[in-house]
Amino acid sequence: MSAREEILGRLRAATTEVTTPVGHRGPAPVIGVPSPGAGETLELFAENVADYRASVTRCRPEEVGTVVAGLLDRAGARSVVVPDGLEASWVAAAREAGVELVPDSGADGALLTAAELDAVSAVVTAARVGIATTGTVVLDHEPDQGRRALTLVPDQHVCVVRADQVVHDVPDAVALLEPRRPLTWISGPSATSDIELDRVEGVHGPRTLDVVIVG
Amino acid sequence: MTLQTTSPIFLGMPSFQKAAKDALRNTQQRRNLAHATSTIRAKRAAVVGEVDRWEELRVAGADAKDEVLHHLPHYLEQLEANLVANGATVHWARDADEANRIVLDLVRATGSDEVVKVKSMATQEIELNERLEEAGIHAWETDLAELIVQLGHDRPSHILVPAIHRNRAEIREIFRREMGGVGRPAPDDLTDEPARLAEAARAHLREKFLRARVAISGANFAIADTGTLVVVESEGNGRMCLTLPETLISVVGVEKVLPTFADLGTFLQLLPRSSTGERMNPYTSMWTGVREGDGPQDVHVVLLDNGRSHVLADDLGRQALRCIRCSACLNVCPVYERAGGHAYGSVYPGPIGAVLNPQLRGTGSDVDKSLPYASSLCGACFEACPVRIDIPSLLVHLRTQVVDEASGRSPEALSMKAAAWMFADHRRLEAAQRGATLGSRLLGDRTVRSLPGLGAWTQARDVPSPPPETFRQWWARTHGYDVEEAP
Ligand code: SF4
Repeated sequence: MSAREEILGRLRAATTEVTTPVGHRGPAPVIGVPSPGAGETLELFAENVADYRASVTRCRPEEVGTVVAGLLDRAGARSVVVPDGLEASWVAAAREAGVELVPDSGADGALLTAAELDAVSAVVTAARVGIATTGTVVLDHEPDQGRRALTLVPDQHVCVVRADQVVHDVPDAVALLEPRRPLTWISGPSATSDIELDRVEGVHGPRTLDVVIVG
Repeated sequence: MTLQTTSPIFLGMPSFQKAAKDALRNTQQRRNLAHATSTIRAKRAAVVGEVDRWEELRVAGADAKDEVLHHLPHYLEQLEANLVANGATVHWARDADEANRIVLDLVRATGSDEVVKVKSMATQEIELNERLEEAGIHAWETDLAELIVQLGHDRPSHILVPAIHRNRAEIREIFRREMGGVGRPAPDDLTDEPARLAEAARAHLREKFLRARVAISGANFAIADTGTLVVVESEGNGRMCLTLPETLISVVGVEKVLPTFADLGTFLQLLPRSSTGERMNPYTSMWTGVREGDGPQDVHVVLLDNGRSHVLADDLGRQALRCIRCSACLNVCPVYERAGGHAYGSVYPGPIGAVLNPQLRGTGSDVDKSLPYASSLCGACFEACPVRIDIPSLLVHLRTQVVDEASGRSPEALSMKAAAWMFADHRRLEAAQRGATLGSRLLGDRTVRSLPGLGAWTQARDVPSPPPETFRQWWARTHGYDVEEAP
């Protein structure tokens, strides 16, 4: 008997007394807090993002480029990876200020290697969803965010979230996401609680997380 | 570069009571633990208090897990089909040995002599690192606490924070002494500030992440209706392992399945608030098989039984398989706080370990026999558990089994001789299981009132009757010999 057949057989034999049919529970219940209003949801999002030591800046759409340039400058970034589908105006001001823009795919179509990424200071991306109750941004790695390595290896991540992308609670976000895309949920910069169970920011992921809320 | 020896194996552990007595003399460890658990208890209480519908979430969590556990073959087949449809390869492992062999073969096929690892209870349970090291393959633990344990040639003592028994000064010493031997050394001016220690780990591991070709992970959740695996973490070491290498091998206990992607709406509230006491952990990664041009292109999932089907067969004990390894029950346990994790003799310490170890391993050893008594039955663990595992009742349930086996008078003990014959064939096995269930039904309301040598507890309370399949039967079934004949 194959391991598969044997394990399935054991599991079946272990549950012979079960009389309920598959799916007896019904669909997963949705247990969350409804949004008290778009303004409050956005306030809470900004507050909770900041609570885990990410910076939060709110601005109008035409200001994104200047805000991004300012954030890169504050962290001393000299170069920035640009996902292939990123809105070009978001990094135009930074380029003018002398920050080197590094596209993910070169002229020959080859993607940056991990070592090349490691040499870049920062990355600028869009996001898919923001979650107010937890201060989380979720990336689904579409072209305006780039593949997963881009937001992982450089030490600064500037993440631009549109106000209308922010939902109130965790189940709202889960309902919006497409599970067949890779998903990365980010709540604050890389951190650890492994030393005496105290949270310390800055281990392997970007040590600086700047969230820009637009609109 | 020398091979690292990790957690020495837990064979020959003395009973919990004996090990705990020794641990109590270690005042440094006791102080470290008391400090850490009181910190986390306060944080957890604060973020759980923020959620008005916490109790509803707990019930939903328990229901989702029970739905899966009642129909595990169905959900596993669905998970497998979705994984395969999305380009992953699925392997099945009956026990630790088989899982280790599968992983080892996969690593060898890549030609790599090293792997980076994301913290995973399942791979600790099967002692994968030791097996890889024997075969000449370096297994680099990348979670900070796991790194501390590995560099310290130590054993994990907590589910979430395996190095919880170490304070910052000890960690600094370990880093300074050991890092240079296996890669980039710690800086000379390293202090014991947590931020500096984290930075040293970042620098030490970065070169390993950048060159790694194979990663090994576990999974917190495996979603049946989409084939998505989920890893919840803090540091970004998980993301590094799940993203940069070409080959990703995930070892997943069969009980990790959730029915639907929508269930994450519940579990991603329950888990972070219960484990690190945060509204959300810094990073959660979800991947569904292979994504072209993004992350590992060679994706494997090893579905592991290793005693879980035995736990499942006990319809009361089964609820232990709901566990999402959040460690809340450890942090609130007065016995754990004083005895420390090592006394439990397993990668699963604390209240859930006191239940799971004898369930998974049987009660053949001194430590596993004694674990159901490693509790004052105060009930704090049940209160804290996000999936409502009634740990105190399970401990009582297990105590009965230990007692029955010790007495040697139990119908289970008498039937052992026939076990090997019965389990040699699956039809006989099924007949035997029906018989065993019948036997325990016949025992029905029998209770044990007083047991010599087991203290006052049983004098005060009645003990319920044993489950459908005994540990010895399970042991014989899965190991091929009686516990008494253990080589
Ligand atoms: S038994 Fe419950 S509280 Fe303990 S680790 Fe498992 S899920 Fe968490």
